[in-house]
Amino acid sequence: MTTIRLKQQDYEAIVAHAKSGLPNEACGLLAGKADGDVKTVEKIYLLSNPDNSPEHFSIDPKEQLAAVKDMRANGFVPLGNFHSHPSTPARLSEEDIRLAYDGKASYLILSLAGESPVLNAFGVVGGEVVPQKLSIF
Amino acid sequence: MKLTVAGNAKEYANGLTVAQLIELEKVETPQYVTVSINDEFVESGVFANTSLKDGDNVEFLYFMGGGR
Repeated sequence: MTTIRLKQQDYEAIVAHAKSGLPNEACGLLAGKADGDVKTVEKIYLLSNPDNSPEHFSIDPKEQLAAVKDMRANGFVPLGNFHSHPSTPARLSEEDIRLAYDGKASYLILSLAGESPVLNAFGVVGGEVVPQKLSIF
Repeated sequence: MKLTVAGNAKEYANGLTVAQLIELEKVETPQYVTVSINDEFVESGVFANTSLKDGDNVEFLYFMGGGR
């Protein structure tokens, strides 16, 4: 099973980013190092959601390009992305699965539907959802 | 001509179009790829008509989105 290692401070930054974007979904990119089945997030990119929607998100290509260049400059590889679900669980929706083109990427979903945030990680391979282990340290 | 493709130096024949480069680079699901040349985004409808030139810096970006 793939493990995603995420620093506590990055987890908190993702939660804060998602809360500041309410009622809309928030999103961003994850970069770092991959060693076999273990991915360690070294840097998160808190990006805007051009859709400005509580039900949809997309990543702005200009911000994506800037992030990719920064990853390369820092010797990081793209590990995946994250987005928030303001009022639904921390699972991949049908739309999330349909638009998950990269079988190597990790997709992190942060739910703000309950009293406490819930963050889960998944892969999508051939349209099938594969849960991943999230380790916050 | 020399191109930089996703950060890697490559050598390709002169007159290559974006559509041809996508094929040669074996870009997966190209219908969901955004292309930039020297930080300028190229409309997907003109990939076949857009020729690359020596020294161009090309990036392929996958659309990322979803919801609910």
